Amino acid sequence: MINLNDLISKNSWAYWEDYVHNVSRHDVETSLNITGKHSIQDFANLISASGEQFINNLAAAANQKTIQRFGRTVQLYAPMYLSNECQNICTYCGFSFDHKIQRKTLTDSEIIQEAEFLKLQGFDHILLVTGEANKTVGTNYIANAVKLLQPYFSQIAIEIQPLNTDEYKLLVASGVHTVLVYQETYNRNTYKEYHTKGKKSNYQYRLETADRLGEAGIHKIGLGALLGLDDWRVDSIHCALHFLYLRQKFPSVKFSISFPRLRPAVGVKHDENKFMTDVQLAQLIATYRLLDINLELSISTREAKKFRDNIFKLGITSMSAGSKTNPGGYTLLEQELEQFEIDDDRSVQEIYDMLTIAGYEPVWKDWDQIFHIN
Amino acid sequence: MHPLIIADHTFHNRLILGSGKYASAELMIASVLASGSEMVTIALKRIVTQQDAITSDHLIAPLVRAGVKLLPNTSGARTAKEAVLAAELARQALQTNWIKLEIHPDQNYLLPDPIETLIAAEELVKKGFVVLPYVHADPPLCKRLENCGCAVVMPLASPIGSNKGMQMRDMIAIIIEQSNIPVIIDAGIGKPSHATEAMEIGASAVLVNTAVATANDPIEMGKAFDMAVKAGFIANSAGPAISYSNAQASSPLTEFLM
Repeated sequence: MINLNDLISKNSWAYWEDYVHNVSRHDVETSLNITGKHSIQDFANLISASGEQFINNLAAAANQKTIQRFGRTVQLYAPMYLSNECQNICTYCGFSFDHKIQRKTLTDSEIIQEAEFLKLQGFDHILLVTGEANKTVGTNYIANAVKLLQPYFSQIAIEIQPLNTDEYKLLVASGVHTVLVYQETYNRNTYKEYHTKGKKSNYQYRLETADRLGEAGIHKIGLGALLGLDDWRVDSIHCALHFLYLRQKFPSVKFSISFPRLRPAVGVKHDENKFMTDVQLAQLIATYRLLDINLELSISTREAKKFRDNIFKLGITSMSAGSKTNPGGYTLLEQELEQFEIDDDRSVQEIYDMLTIAGYEPVWKDWDQIFHIN
Repeated sequence: MHPLIIADHTFHNRLILGSGKYASAELMIASVLASGSEMVTIALKRIVTQQDAITSDHLIAPLVRAGVKLLPNTSGARTAKEAVLAAELARQALQTNWIKLEIHPDQNYLLPDPIETLIAAEELVKKGFVVLPYVHADPPLCKRLENCGCAVVMPLASPIGSNKGMQMRDMIAIIIEQSNIPVIIDAGIGKPSHATEAMEIGASAVLVNTAVATANDPIEMGKAFDMAVKAGFIANSAGPAISYSNAQASSPLTEFLM
C-alpha cells in the first residue's frame, strides 16, 4: 500500500511543478493515444500547457467515455447553507472569522422551511454546507439536521469541518451519503499562508480526512482543490494523486471531484496570475474523465451560463442549480453574507430545460435511504 | 419463437433491456417498445419508492402502461443485508416479487460479490421472491444459486458497461451446459453480434442497457438487438454447423470408395 505522505510529500510539489511545466507535445500525443488506464503522468501531460492545444481531441475522448459510463444524464443537486459561523481565518473566504459579517445558523424550523422550498423545486439530492465552528455546528448539529432532512431527500451530502472517524461513523449511520472535503491547496507552504488561524490551519489533519471517511464506511468522498490559490496544474496533479491513492485503498467508495475556481467574495484579494481560463478548466475536466471513467465530476453555479451549458458533454455528471450560498438564502434572507458569488443565477426550471433541450436527462434521484443500514 | 418461461411468467421475446443512461424517459420507452422487449430492469435508487410509484414515477408509469414487466434491481447495495432491504422496498413500491439481485461493493468495475449474492439469494428465496441474480460467469456459483431456488442465473459476459462482449464465453458455455434454469447473459453485451453469439451458444436471453441507451439512435439499436437475439436463438435451435480448424471438403473425396 502506498503511503499518503510519500505520495503528497514535502518534495512532491517541486517535482510535479517541474514535470508539468516541461511536458512536450509528443508527451501529450502519447497520453492521448493510451487505450488502457491513464497514469498520473498521463494526467499531468494532458493538463499541461502543451496539452491545451489538444482540447478538441480531449473533449471528444471525454465525451465518448462519459456517455459510455453515464449515458446522457446529469444529476441535479442543491446546496443548503446551514451556517456561516466559522472559527477559521482563510484569506479567500467570505465566511472567514475576521470578516465582520452577520453570522447565522439555521434553527430546526428554518432548516425544514428551506427543505420544503427545495423539495418543491424537485430536488432529491442535497448538499449541506457549514463553516467550521465546532461549538455551534458540530457533529450533533449535523446529525440532527440530517435527521430532519431525511424525509425530504434521498441523498444527503455534507461539506463541513473535518471530523474524526467515530464522528463520521455516527453521521454515516444517521444517513449521510457523501462528504466533500477540499484540501484547498496541496502546497504545504502556501497552505499556511491562506489558513492562518483555526483548526483548518492543520494541513495534515485535513489531508487525512478522506482516509478517516473511508474507514468510517462512507459511500462517496468528494475531493477538490480551490483552483487559483496556487499553480492549478500542480494542485490538480496532487488532487488526482490523492484520488488514485484513495481509489486503491477504498474500492467500495465512490469519488467525486469538484472544480471551485476563486470568485470575488467580501474583502478578498484576487491574484490574477493564478486565474484559470475556461479552456483550461475544460481541459482539466476532460482529463479527469480519461483518468477514471467512474469518477463523478461536479460543477457549481460559480461558473457562467455559457460554460455550464456545454461542459457536461466533456465529463460533468452533476450540477447544482438555482443555488443560494448563504444560510437561509432560499426562503429567509436576501442573498448576502454569501461564501462566494454565483454566476449562473438561472432558476432550477431553466437548468432543467437547458439539459432537456440538449438531449440530456436531468436526474433528480439516484440513491435511496434504504441503503443506510450499516 | 419458443417462449421463455421464468417462474410463473411466459415471455415471447428474449431481450431484456435496462432503463438507465437514456437521454429521456420518453426515449427509453420508445426504445423498449421498438425492441419488442417484454421486461425492463430498473434501479430502485432511481425511482420514487412511495406506494404509488407505478402510477406516478416518470420512469415506471409509462412502462406499466405499455404492459412491460418491471424487474427492479438492487444496484447500490454493497452487502446482502442492504440488498434484501432494497428488494423488500421494491416489492412494496412496485408490487412485484421479482428482483434482479445486484451486489457490487467494488465501485471501479462494479463486479458482483459472489458471497454476499449467495447469502442474499438464499434469504430472498425464503421470503418468496423470484430471484434473478447478477453474477460472475462462475459455474459452481451458478449451480449453488440454482440449488437455493433462484429463478435464473445472470452471468456477466464482460464487465458492466464495457461493451466488450463475450469475454467469458467458455465459462458461460459451461454454465449453460450444466444449468437446469434459464441462463440470461447480463453485462458487457456491446453490439447486436455479441447478443447473437450469446444466444447461439444456448443462452436463454440477454440483458442489454448501455449498448442501446448510448447508441446514437437507441430506437434503431433496440430493433437491431431484437433481430440479433432472434437470429441467435433460431441458429441455436437449428443446430449450428460444427467449426473445424482444417478445411473440410463439402463433397466427400472418398465417395468413390463406397
